[in-house]
Amino acid sequence: MEAFVNQVVAGLTTGCAYALIGLALVIVYRTTSHVNFAQGEMATLTTYIAWSLLQAGVPYWVAFALTLVGAFVFAAGLERWVIGRLSTASPLATVAAFIGLFMTIHSLTGYIWGYDVRELPSPFPSGSLAGGLVSWHQLGVALVTAAMLALLWVFFRFTRVGLAVRAAAQNPASARLSGISTQTMAALGWGLAASMGVVAGMMVAPQLYLDPHMMSGVLIYGFAAALMGGIQSVPGAVIGGLVLGVLENLLGAYVVGTQLKLTVAMVLIVGMLVWRPQGLLGRPSAKRV
Amino acid sequence: MSSIDKAQDVVLDVQRVSAGYGGPAVVRDVSLTVKAGRITALLGTNGVGKTTLMRAVCGMVQATGSVTLGSTAISGLRTEHIARLGIAHVPEGRGTFIDLTVEENLRVGCFARRSMEGAADTMERIYGWLPRLAERRDQRAGSLSGGEQQMLAIGRALMADPKVLLLDEPSFGLAPRVAAEVMHLLRRLQSETRMGILLVEQNTEIALGLADDAYVLRAGAVVASGAAAQLRESADLQAAYLGSH
Repeated sequence: MEAFVNQVVAGLTTGCAYALIGLALVIVYRTTSHVNFAQGEMATLTTYIAWSLLQAGVPYWVAFALTLVGAFVFAAGLERWVIGRLSTASPLATVAAFIGLFMTIHSLTGYIWGYDVRELPSPFPSGSLAGGLVSWHQLGVALVTAAMLALLWVFFRFTRVGLAVRAAAQNPASARLSGISTQTMAALGWGLAASMGVVAGMMVAPQLYLDPHMMSGVLIYGFAAALMGGIQSVPGAVIGGLVLGVLENLLGAYVVGTQLKLTVAMVLIVGMLVWRPQGLLGRPSAKRV
Repeated sequence: MSSIDKAQDVVLDVQRVSAGYGGPAVVRDVSLTVKAGRITALLGTNGVGKTTLMRAVCGMVQATGSVTLGSTAISGLRTEHIARLGIAHVPEGRGTFIDLTVEENLRVGCFARRSMEGAADTMERIYGWLPRLAERRDQRAGSLSGGEQQMLAIGRALMADPKVLLLDEPSFGLAPRVAAEVMHLLRRLQSETRMGILLVEQNTEIALGLADDAYVLRAGAVVASGAAAQLRESADLQAAYLGSH
Protein backbone atom coordinates (compact mmCIF):
# COMPACT_ATOMS: atom_id res chain seq x y z
CA MET A 1 0.00 0.00 0.00
CA GLU A 2 2.79 2.39 0.90
CA ALA A 3 4.49 1.62 -2.41
CA PHE A 4 1.24 2.39 -4.20
CA VAL A 5 0.87 5.76 -2.45
CA ASN A 6 4.51 6.54 -3.23
CA GLN A 7 3.84 5.85 -6.91
CA VAL A 8 0.78 8.11 -6.91
CA VAL A 9 2.63 10.96 -5.16
CA ALA A 10 5.63 10.66 -7.47
CA GLY A 11 3.21 10.59 -10.40
CA LEU A 12 1.52 13.78 -9.24
CA THR A 13 4.93 15.44 -8.98
CA THR A 14 5.98 14.68 -12.55
CA GLY A 15 2.35 15.36 -13.48
CA CYS A 16 2.92 18.97 -12.37
CA ALA A 17 5.60 19.31 -15.04
CA TYR A 18 3.36 17.70 -17.65
CA ALA A 19 0.55 20.06 -16.65
CA LEU A 20 2.81 23.13 -16.94
CA ILE A 21 4.20 22.11 -20.33
CA GLY A 22 0.70 21.11 -21.50
CA LEU A 23 -0.60 24.49 -20.39
CA ALA A 24 2.28 26.25 -22.16
CA LEU A 25 1.32 24.43 -25.37
CA VAL A 26 -2.35 25.40 -24.90
CA ILE A 27 -1.53 29.08 -24.35
CA VAL A 28 0.72 29.23 -27.42
CA TYR A 29 -1.88 27.40 -29.47
CA ARG A 30 -4.69 29.67 -28.37
CA THR A 31 -2.80 32.89 -29.00
CA THR A 32 -1.14 31.87 -32.29
CA SER A 33 -2.76 28.63 -33.61
CA HIS A 34 0.75 27.13 -33.54
CA VAL A 35 1.87 23.99 -31.73
CA ASN A 36 5.35 24.74 -30.44
CA PHE A 37 7.31 21.48 -30.66
CA ALA A 38 10.28 23.32 -29.18
CA GLN A 39 8.45 24.15 -25.93
CA GLY A 40 10.30 21.39 -24.04
CA GLU A 41 13.70 22.31 -25.48
CA MET A 42 13.16 25.95 -24.52
CA ALA A 43 12.48 24.73 -21.00
CA THR A 44 15.69 22.69 -21.00
CA LEU A 45 17.78 25.59 -22.29
CA THR A 46 16.42 27.96 -19.68
CA THR A 47 16.93 25.37 -16.92
CA TYR A 48 20.61 25.22 -17.94
CA ILE A 49 20.79 28.99 -17.66
CA ALA A 50 19.43 28.68 -14.13
CA TRP A 51 22.04 25.97 -13.46
CA SER A 52 24.83 28.31 -14.62
CA LEU A 53 23.50 31.09 -12.43
CA LEU A 54 23.52 28.71 -9.45
CA GLN A 55 27.08 27.64 -10.29
CA ALA A 56 28.03 31.33 -10.25
CA GLY A 57 26.75 31.54 -6.70
CA VAL A 58 23.41 33.24 -7.29
CA PRO A 59 20.86 32.25 -4.58
CA TYR A 60 18.27 29.71 -5.78
CA TRP A 61 15.13 31.85 -5.81
CA VAL A 62 16.97 34.81 -7.34
CA ALA A 63 18.19 32.52 -10.13
CA PHE A 64 14.63 31.20 -10.45
CA ALA A 65 13.16 34.69 -10.84
CA LEU A 66 15.90 35.90 -13.23
CA THR A 67 15.46 32.85 -15.44
CA LEU A 68 11.69 33.26 -15.41
CA VAL A 69 11.91 36.87 -16.58
CA GLY A 70 14.72 36.14 -19.04
CA ALA A 71 12.74 33.28 -20.62
CA PHE A 72 9.71 35.53 -20.94
CA VAL A 73 11.64 38.25 -22.74
CA PHE A 74 13.51 35.80 -24.97
CA ALA A 75 10.37 33.90 -26.04
CA ALA A 76 8.27 37.04 -26.55
CA GLY A 77 11.03 38.46 -28.77
CA LEU A 78 11.35 35.19 -30.66
CA GLU A 79 7.63 35.22 -31.43
CA ARG A 80 7.52 38.93 -32.26
CA TRP A 81 10.47 38.97 -34.66
CA VAL A 82 10.90 35.41 -35.94
CA ILE A 83 8.00 32.99 -35.44
CA GLY A 84 5.30 35.65 -35.87
CA ARG A 85 6.38 36.04 -39.48
CA LEU A 86 5.06 32.52 -40.10
CA SER A 87 1.47 33.56 -39.45
CA THR A 88 0.62 33.38 -43.15
CA ALA A 89 2.80 30.33 -43.89
CA SER A 90 1.35 26.96 -44.86
CA PRO A 91 0.89 24.38 -42.08
CA LEU A 92 3.68 22.24 -43.53
CA ALA A 93 6.14 25.13 -43.57
CA THR A 94 5.15 25.96 -40.00
CA VAL A 95 5.73 22.39 -38.81
CA ALA A 96 9.12 22.38 -40.56
CA ALA A 97 10.04 25.67 -38.88
CA PHE A 98 9.13 24.34 -35.43
CA ILE A 99 11.15 21.16 -35.97
CA GLY A 100 14.00 23.45 -37.00
CA LEU A 101 13.56 25.48 -33.83
CA PHE A 102 13.51 22.27 -31.77
CA MET A 103 16.80 21.08 -33.29
CA THR A 104 18.45 24.50 -33.10
CA ILE A 105 17.72 24.95 -29.42
CA HIS A 106 18.57 21.32 -28.62
CA SER A 107 21.96 21.53 -30.36
CA LEU A 108 22.68 24.94 -28.91
CA THR A 109 22.11 23.56 -25.42
CA GLY A 110 24.44 20.61 -26.10
CA TYR A 111 27.04 22.91 -27.67
CA ILE A 112 27.14 25.29 -24.71
CA TRP A 113 26.81 22.91 -21.76
CA GLY A 114 27.81 19.53 -23.24
CA TYR A 115 25.95 16.24 -22.93
CA ASP A 116 27.17 15.21 -19.47
CA VAL A 117 24.47 14.82 -16.86
CA ARG A 118 24.41 17.69 -14.37
CA GLU A 119 22.73 17.96 -11.05
CA LEU A 120 20.34 20.80 -10.35
CA PRO A 121 19.68 21.10 -6.63
CA SER A 122 16.18 21.13 -5.20
CA PRO A 123 15.34 24.32 -3.31
CA PHE A 124 13.43 22.28 -0.74
CA PRO A 125 14.84 20.46 2.28
CA SER A 126 15.71 16.81 1.86
CA GLY A 127 13.80 14.20 3.80
CA SER A 128 10.13 13.52 3.93
CA LEU A 129 7.00 13.94 5.98
CA ALA A 130 3.81 12.00 6.65
CA GLY A 131 5.79 8.92 7.55
CA GLY A 132 7.80 8.87 4.34
CA LEU A 133 4.85 9.08 2.01
CA VAL A 134 5.66 12.56 0.66
CA SER A 135 9.10 14.15 0.32
CA TRP A 136 9.62 17.84 0.94
CA HIS A 137 10.63 18.20 -2.70
CA GLN A 138 7.37 16.67 -3.89
CA LEU A 139 5.32 18.92 -1.65
CA GLY A 140 7.35 21.94 -2.76
CA VAL A 141 6.83 21.15 -6.46
CA ALA A 142 3.09 20.85 -5.91
CA LEU A 143 2.98 24.20 -4.06
CA VAL A 144 5.07 26.05 -6.65
CA THR A 145 2.92 24.64 -9.46
CA ALA A 146 -0.27 25.57 -7.61
CA ALA A 147 1.06 29.09 -7.02
CA MET A 148 1.94 29.44 -10.70
CA LEU A 149 -1.54 28.27 -11.76
CA ALA A 150 -3.19 30.61 -9.26
CA LEU A 151 -1.18 33.56 -10.57
CA LEU A 152 -2.14 32.70 -14.13
CA TRP A 153 -5.77 32.41 -13.16
CA VAL A 154 -5.72 35.82 -11.49
CA PHE A 155 -3.93 37.30 -14.51
CA PHE A 156 -6.43 35.94 -17.04
CA ARG A 157 -9.50 36.49 -14.93
CA PHE A 158 -8.94 39.86 -13.29
CA THR A 159 -6.47 41.94 -15.27
CA ARG A 160 -7.04 44.13 -18.29
CA VAL A 161 -4.22 42.52 -20.26
CA GLY A 162 -5.46 39.05 -19.32
CA LEU A 163 -8.85 39.96 -20.76
CA ALA A 164 -7.16 41.15 -23.95
CA VAL A 165 -5.31 37.83 -24.26
CA ARG A 166 -8.54 35.89 -23.82
CA ALA A 167 -10.39 38.05 -26.34
CA ALA A 168 -7.59 37.71 -28.91
CA ALA A 169 -7.45 33.94 -28.39
CA GLN A 170 -11.18 33.58 -28.84
CA ASN A 171 -11.88 35.82 -31.80
CA PRO A 172 -8.79 37.42 -33.32
CA ALA A 173 -10.68 39.45 -35.94
CA SER A 174 -13.08 41.00 -33.42
CA ALA A 175 -10.23 41.61 -31.01
CA ARG A 176 -8.36 43.64 -33.62
CA LEU A 177 -11.52 45.59 -34.42
CA SER A 178 -11.66 46.40 -30.72
CA GLY A 179 -8.15 47.83 -30.79
CA ILE A 180 -6.25 44.79 -29.43
CA SER A 181 -2.99 43.95 -31.17
CA THR A 182 -3.05 40.19 -31.73
CA GLN A 183 0.70 40.36 -32.45
CA THR A 184 1.39 41.70 -28.98
CA MET A 185 -0.91 39.09 -27.44
CA ALA A 186 0.93 36.32 -29.33
CA ALA A 187 4.27 37.56 -27.99
CA LEU A 188 2.78 37.67 -24.51
CA GLY A 189 1.46 34.11 -24.92
CA TRP A 190 4.93 32.89 -25.90
CA GLY A 191 6.49 34.69 -22.98
CA LEU A 192 4.06 33.17 -20.47
CA ALA A 193 4.55 29.71 -21.98
CA ALA A 194 8.33 29.96 -21.74
CA SER A 195 8.08 31.08 -18.09
CA MET A 196 5.94 28.04 -17.33
CA GLY A 197 8.59 25.95 -19.06
CA VAL A 198 11.18 27.35 -16.63
CA VAL A 199 9.08 26.31 -13.66
CA ALA A 200 8.53 22.84 -15.15
CA GLY A 201 12.22 22.42 -15.99
CA MET A 202 13.56 23.60 -12.65
CA MET A 203 11.05 21.49 -10.74
CA VAL A 204 11.71 18.20 -12.58
CA ALA A 205 15.47 18.60 -13.00
CA PRO A 206 16.36 17.43 -9.45
CA GLN A 207 14.42 14.25 -10.19
CA LEU A 208 15.26 13.61 -13.86
CA TYR A 209 18.80 15.08 -13.79
CA LEU A 210 19.76 17.83 -16.16
CA ASP A 211 20.89 16.87 -19.66
CA PRO A 212 19.93 18.22 -23.09
CA HIS A 213 17.35 15.45 -23.54
CA MET A 214 15.69 16.10 -20.19
CA MET A 215 12.42 17.52 -21.48
CA SER A 216 11.84 15.33 -24.53
CA GLY A 217 9.73 12.84 -22.60
CA VAL A 218 8.04 15.62 -20.66
CA LEU A 219 7.09 17.32 -23.94
CA ILE A 220 5.41 14.16 -25.23
CA TYR A 221 3.42 13.85 -22.00
CA GLY A 222 2.71 17.58 -21.98
CA PHE A 223 1.39 17.25 -25.50
CA ALA A 224 -0.84 14.35 -24.45
CA ALA A 225 -2.05 16.46 -21.49
CA ALA A 226 -2.89 19.37 -23.80
CA LEU A 227 -4.78 17.02 -26.10
CA MET A 228 -6.82 15.67 -23.20
CA GLY A 229 -8.26 19.16 -23.01
CA GLY A 230 -8.70 19.32 -26.78
CA ILE A 231 -5.60 21.62 -26.93
CA GLN A 232 -7.97 24.50 -26.13
CA SER A 233 -8.77 24.05 -22.48
CA VAL A 234 -6.67 25.37 -19.60
CA PRO A 235 -8.24 23.19 -16.86
CA GLY A 236 -8.22 20.28 -19.32
CA ALA A 237 -4.45 20.50 -19.72
CA VAL A 238 -3.84 20.78 -15.98
CA ILE A 239 -6.07 17.85 -15.07
CA GLY A 240 -4.71 15.92 -18.05
CA GLY A 241 -1.13 16.46 -16.89
CA LEU A 242 -1.78 15.28 -13.33
CA VAL A 243 -3.78 12.24 -14.46
CA LEU A 244 -1.08 11.30 -16.95
CA GLY A 245 1.66 11.58 -14.34
CA VAL A 246 -0.16 9.18 -12.04
CA LEU A 247 -1.21 6.86 -14.87
CA GLU A 248 2.34 6.72 -16.19
CA ASN A 249 3.71 5.69 -12.80
CA LEU A 250 1.04 3.14 -11.99
CA LEU A 251 1.17 1.52 -15.43
CA GLY A 252 4.96 1.61 -15.28
CA ALA A 253 5.08 0.00 -11.86
CA TYR A 254 2.30 -2.56 -12.16
CA VAL A 255 1.43 -3.17 -15.82
CA VAL A 256 3.80 -2.42 -18.68
CA GLY A 257 7.10 -1.75 -16.92
CA THR A 258 9.27 1.36 -17.17
CA GLN A 259 10.55 0.56 -20.67
CA LEU A 260 7.15 1.17 -22.27
CA LYS A 261 6.19 4.33 -20.33
CA LEU A 262 6.50 6.66 -23.33
CA THR A 263 4.49 4.24 -25.44
CA VAL A 264 1.59 4.83 -23.07
CA ALA A 265 1.75 8.54 -23.88
CA MET A 266 1.87 7.89 -27.60
CA VAL A 267 -1.12 5.54 -27.43
CA LEU A 268 -3.02 8.22 -25.53
CA ILE A 269 -2.13 10.92 -28.06
CA VAL A 270 -3.25 8.84 -31.02
CA GLY A 271 -6.35 7.65 -29.17
CA MET A 272 -7.38 11.20 -28.23
CA LEU A 273 -6.83 12.48 -31.77
CA VAL A 274 -8.91 9.66 -33.24
CA TRP A 275 -11.77 9.36 -30.75
CA ARG A 276 -12.01 12.62 -28.85
CA PRO A 277 -10.27 15.44 -30.71
CA GLN A 278 -12.31 17.97 -28.73
CA GLY A 279 -10.78 16.69 -25.47
CA LEU A 280 -12.30 14.94 -22.49
CA LEU A 281 -14.05 18.05 -21.18
CA GLY A 282 -14.54 19.85 -24.49
CA ARG A 283 -17.55 20.22 -26.65
CA PRO A 284 -17.06 19.84 -30.41
CA SER A 285 -16.11 23.32 -31.57
CA ALA A 286 -16.02 25.15 -34.85
CA LYS A 287 -12.67 25.10 -36.58
CA ARG A 288 -10.44 28.07 -35.90
CA VAL A 289 -10.18 30.39 -38.91
CA MET B 1 -23.36 74.26 -32.70
CA SER B 2 -26.06 74.84 -35.30
CA SER B 3 -27.56 72.02 -37.28
CA ILE B 4 -26.01 73.41 -40.48
CA ASP B 5 -22.50 73.09 -39.04
CA LYS B 6 -23.37 69.59 -37.99
CA ALA B 7 -24.42 68.71 -41.52
CA GLN B 8 -21.13 69.94 -42.92
CA ASP B 9 -19.01 68.01 -40.46
CA VAL B 10 -17.46 65.12 -42.39
CA VAL B 11 -15.97 62.52 -40.02
CA LEU B 12 -15.17 59.78 -42.51
CA ASP B 13 -14.03 60.55 -46.01
CA VAL B 14 -13.54 57.66 -48.42
CA GLN B 15 -11.97 58.71 -51.72
CA ARG B 16 -11.63 56.50 -54.79
CA VAL B 17 -11.21 53.28 -52.84
CA SER B 18 -10.82 49.99 -54.67
CA ALA B 19 -10.49 46.75 -52.76
CA GLY B 20 -10.62 43.00 -53.12
CA TYR B 21 -9.22 39.69 -52.01
CA GLY B 22 -6.35 39.22 -54.46
CA GLY B 23 -8.56 38.52 -57.49
CA PRO B 24 -10.49 41.15 -59.44
CA ALA B 25 -11.48 44.18 -57.36
CA VAL B 26 -14.75 43.72 -55.48
CA VAL B 27 -15.07 47.43 -54.74
CA ARG B 28 -14.14 49.79 -57.56
CA ASP B 29 -13.34 53.45 -57.19
CA VAL B 30 -15.85 54.18 -54.46
CA SER B 31 -16.04 57.61 -52.85
CA LEU B 32 -18.35 58.45 -49.98
CA THR B 33 -18.55 60.56 -46.85
CA VAL B 34 -20.07 60.01 -43.42
CA LYS B 35 -21.04 63.07 -41.40
CA ALA B 36 -21.06 63.58 -37.65
CA GLY B 37 -24.38 62.94 -35.94
CA ARG B 38 -25.90 61.47 -39.07
CA ILE B 39 -26.67 58.01 -40.40
CA THR B 40 -25.42 57.17 -43.86
CA ALA B 41 -26.95 54.08 -45.42
CA LEU B 42 -24.99 51.87 -47.81
CA LEU B 43 -27.42 49.93 -49.99
CA GLY B 44 -27.27 47.28 -52.65
CA THR B 45 -28.06 43.63 -53.19
CA ASN B 46 -25.95 40.77 -51.87
CA GLY B 47 -22.40 40.61 -53.17
CA VAL B 48 -22.08 44.16 -54.48
CA GLY B 49 -19.19 44.94 -52.15
CA LYS B 50 -20.79 46.62 -49.11
CA THR B 51 -19.01 44.41 -46.58
CA THR B 52 -15.74 44.59 -48.52
CA LEU B 53 -15.90 48.39 -48.46
CA MET B 54 -16.33 48.36 -44.67
CA ARG B 55 -13.41 45.97 -44.36
CA ALA B 56 -11.32 48.25 -46.56
CA VAL B 57 -12.07 51.20 -44.26
CA CYS B 58 -10.84 49.11 -41.30
CA GLY B 59 -7.70 47.87 -43.01
CA MET B 60 -8.90 44.27 -43.12
CA VAL B 61 -8.45 43.85 -46.88
CA GLN B 62 -5.99 45.11 -49.48
CA ALA B 63 -7.19 48.48 -50.76
CA THR B 64 -6.08 51.47 -52.79
CA GLY B 65 -7.39 55.01 -52.55
CA SER B 66 -7.59 57.17 -49.47
CA VAL B 67 -9.59 56.97 -46.24
CA THR B 68 -9.55 59.91 -43.84
CA LEU B 69 -10.95 59.93 -40.32
CA GLY B 70 -11.51 63.51 -39.21
CA SER B 71 -8.20 64.97 -40.37
CA THR B 72 -6.16 61.77 -40.03
CA ALA B 73 -5.26 59.64 -43.06
CA ILE B 74 -5.85 56.04 -42.03
CA SER B 75 -5.31 54.11 -45.27
CA GLY B 76 -2.63 51.48 -44.85
CA LEU B 77 -2.75 51.45 -41.04
CA ARG B 78 -3.25 48.23 -39.09
CA THR B 79 -6.80 47.29 -38.10
CA GLU B 80 -6.21 47.64 -34.33
CA HIS B 81 -4.60 51.05 -34.86
CA ILE B 82 -7.58 52.24 -36.91
CA ALA B 83 -9.89 51.02 -34.15
CA ARG B 84 -7.95 53.02 -31.56
CA LEU B 85 -8.16 56.13 -33.75
CA GLY B 86 -11.95 56.04 -33.51
CA ILE B 87 -13.62 53.67 -35.95
CA ALA B 88 -15.76 50.96 -34.38
CA HIS B 89 -16.91 48.21 -36.70
CA VAL B 90 -19.65 45.75 -35.82
CA PRO B 91 -19.04 43.07 -38.40
CA GLU B 92 -21.53 40.80 -40.09
CA GLY B 93 -22.41 37.97 -37.73
CA ARG B 94 -21.64 40.32 -34.80
CA GLY B 95 -18.22 39.02 -33.79
CA THR B 96 -19.24 38.60 -30.15
CA PHE B 97 -16.79 36.93 -27.75
CA ILE B 98 -19.15 34.10 -26.81
CA ASP B 99 -17.06 32.63 -23.98
CA LEU B 100 -16.67 35.98 -22.24
CA THR B 101 -19.40 37.42 -20.05
CA VAL B 102 -21.56 40.33 -21.20
CA GLU B 103 -19.60 42.75 -19.04
CA GLU B 104 -16.24 41.38 -20.22
CA ASN B 105 -17.40 41.90 -23.81
CA LEU B 106 -18.09 45.54 -23.00
CA ARG B 107 -14.73 45.87 -21.26
CA VAL B 108 -13.02 44.53 -24.38
CA GLY B 109 -14.59 47.49 -26.17
CA CYS B 110 -12.56 49.81 -23.90
CA PHE B 111 -9.26 48.81 -25.51
CA ALA B 112 -9.98 51.13 -28.41
CA ARG B 113 -10.76 54.12 -26.15
CA ARG B 114 -8.34 56.98 -26.27
CA SER B 115 -8.68 57.36 -22.51
CA MET B 116 -10.13 55.21 -19.76
CA GLU B 117 -11.65 58.32 -18.23
CA GLY B 118 -15.42 58.13 -18.44
CA ALA B 119 -15.42 54.42 -19.36
CA ALA B 120 -17.56 53.54 -16.36
CA ASP B 121 -20.06 56.26 -17.31
CA THR B 122 -20.19 54.99 -20.88
CA MET B 123 -20.89 51.50 -19.60
CA GLU B 124 -23.72 52.70 -17.40
CA ARG B 125 -25.19 54.70 -20.30
CA ILE B 126 -25.07 51.59 -22.50
CA TYR B 127 -26.74 49.52 -19.79
CA GLY B 128 -29.37 52.27 -19.62
CA TRP B 129 -29.99 52.05 -23.33
CA LEU B 130 -29.94 48.25 -23.31
CA PRO B 131 -31.44 47.17 -19.99
CA ARG B 132 -31.54 43.52 -20.95
CA LEU B 133 -27.74 43.49 -21.11
CA ALA B 134 -27.62 44.97 -17.60
CA GLU B 135 -29.73 42.09 -16.31
CA ARG B 136 -27.38 39.60 -17.93
CA ARG B 137 -24.05 41.27 -17.24
CA ASP B 138 -22.47 38.20 -15.62
CA GLN B 139 -23.81 35.70 -18.13
CA ARG B 140 -21.77 34.15 -20.90
CA ALA B 141 -22.40 36.10 -24.11
CA GLY B 142 -22.96 32.82 -25.94
CA SER B 143 -26.07 32.21 -23.85
CA LEU B 144 -27.79 35.38 -25.13
CA SER B 145 -30.41 35.41 -27.87
CA GLY B 146 -29.47 36.62 -31.35
CA GLY B 147 -31.00 40.03 -30.72
CA GLU B 148 -29.23 40.43 -27.39
CA GLN B 149 -25.93 39.45 -28.96
CA GLN B 150 -26.46 42.10 -31.62
CA MET B 151 -27.16 44.68 -28.93
CA LEU B 152 -24.05 43.54 -27.09
CA ALA B 153 -21.93 43.86 -30.24
CA ILE B 154 -23.18 47.42 -30.72
CA GLY B 155 -22.66 48.10 -27.02
CA ARG B 156 -19.08 46.87 -27.26
CA ALA B 157 -18.47 49.17 -30.23
CA LEU B 158 -19.93 52.11 -28.28
CA MET B 159 -17.60 51.44 -25.33
CA ALA B 160 -14.77 52.59 -27.59
CA ASP B 161 -16.42 56.02 -27.72
CA PRO B 162 -15.88 56.05 -31.48
CA LYS B 163 -16.09 58.92 -33.96
CA VAL B 164 -17.51 56.58 -36.58
CA LEU B 165 -19.61 53.46 -36.15
CA LEU B 166 -19.77 50.93 -38.99
CA LEU B 167 -22.70 48.53 -38.77
CA ASP B 168 -22.89 45.59 -41.14
CA GLU B 169 -26.47 44.30 -41.40
CA PRO B 170 -27.34 44.73 -37.71
CA SER B 171 -30.87 43.36 -38.19
CA PHE B 172 -29.80 40.27 -40.10
CA GLY B 173 -31.50 37.13 -38.81
CA LEU B 174 -33.47 38.99 -36.14
CA ALA B 175 -37.23 38.83 -35.58
CA PRO B 176 -38.96 42.04 -36.82
CA ARG B 177 -39.71 43.19 -33.27
CA VAL B 178 -36.05 42.78 -32.23
CA ALA B 179 -34.84 44.43 -35.43
CA ALA B 180 -37.08 47.39 -34.58
CA GLU B 181 -35.35 47.67 -31.19
CA VAL B 182 -31.96 47.80 -32.90
CA MET B 183 -33.21 50.55 -35.20
CA HIS B 184 -34.63 52.42 -32.22
CA LEU B 185 -31.19 52.37 -30.60
CA LEU B 186 -29.62 53.73 -33.79
CA ARG B 187 -32.15 56.55 -33.85
CA ARG B 188 -31.18 57.46 -30.28
CA LEU B 189 -27.50 57.48 -31.20
CA GLN B 190 -28.36 59.69 -34.18
CA SER B 191 -30.14 62.26 -32.04
CA GLU B 192 -28.10 62.05 -28.80
CA THR B 193 -24.50 61.74 -30.04
CA ARG B 194 -22.19 63.24 -32.64
CA MET B 195 -21.13 59.84 -33.91
CA GLY B 196 -21.16 59.29 -37.66
CA ILE B 197 -22.86 56.01 -38.53
CA LEU B 198 -22.38 54.02 -41.72
CA LEU B 199 -25.14 51.45 -41.95
CA VAL B 200 -25.29 48.48 -44.29
CA GLU B 201 -28.82 47.16 -44.20
CA GLN B 202 -30.57 44.61 -46.37
CA ASN B 203 -33.96 46.11 -45.73
CA THR B 204 -33.96 49.21 -47.95
CA GLU B 205 -37.25 50.48 -46.56
CA ILE B 206 -35.97 50.47 -42.96
CA ALA B 207 -32.56 51.86 -43.89
CA LEU B 208 -33.92 54.80 -45.86
CA GLY B 209 -36.47 55.52 -43.17
CA LEU B 210 -33.65 55.90 -40.65
CA ALA B 211 -30.78 57.37 -42.66
CA ASP B 212 -30.03 60.98 -43.52
CA ASP B 213 -27.86 60.17 -46.52
CA ALA B 214 -27.53 57.09 -48.69
CA TYR B 215 -25.32 55.50 -51.30
CA VAL B 216 -26.33 52.68 -53.62
CA LEU B 217 -23.70 50.20 -54.74
CA ARG B 218 -23.97 48.00 -57.78
CA ALA B 219 -21.22 45.63 -58.91
CA GLY B 220 -18.74 47.33 -56.60
CA ALA B 221 -19.37 50.92 -57.72
CA VAL B 222 -21.58 53.75 -56.50
CA VAL B 223 -24.55 54.11 -58.88
CA ALA B 224 -26.67 56.55 -56.87
CA SER B 225 -26.26 58.80 -53.86
CA GLY B 226 -27.97 61.65 -52.10
CA ALA B 227 -30.38 62.49 -49.31
CA ALA B 228 -32.14 59.36 -48.12
CA ALA B 229 -35.57 60.95 -48.45
CA GLN B 230 -34.95 61.77 -52.11
CA LEU B 231 -33.42 58.41 -52.94
CA ARG B 232 -36.48 56.74 -51.59
CA GLU B 233 -38.51 58.19 -54.44
CA SER B 234 -35.79 57.86 -57.02
CA ALA B 235 -35.77 55.70 -60.11
CA ASP B 236 -32.01 55.05 -59.63
CA LEU B 237 -32.71 52.97 -56.61
CA GLN B 238 -35.31 50.94 -58.43
CA ALA B 239 -32.78 50.41 -61.22
CA ALA B 240 -30.07 49.20 -58.84
CA TYR B 241 -32.36 46.60 -57.42
CA LEU B 242 -34.24 45.73 -60.57
CA GLY B 243 -34.57 42.05 -61.23
CA SER B 244 -33.08 41.09 -57.91
CA HIS B 245 -36.20 41.18 -55.79
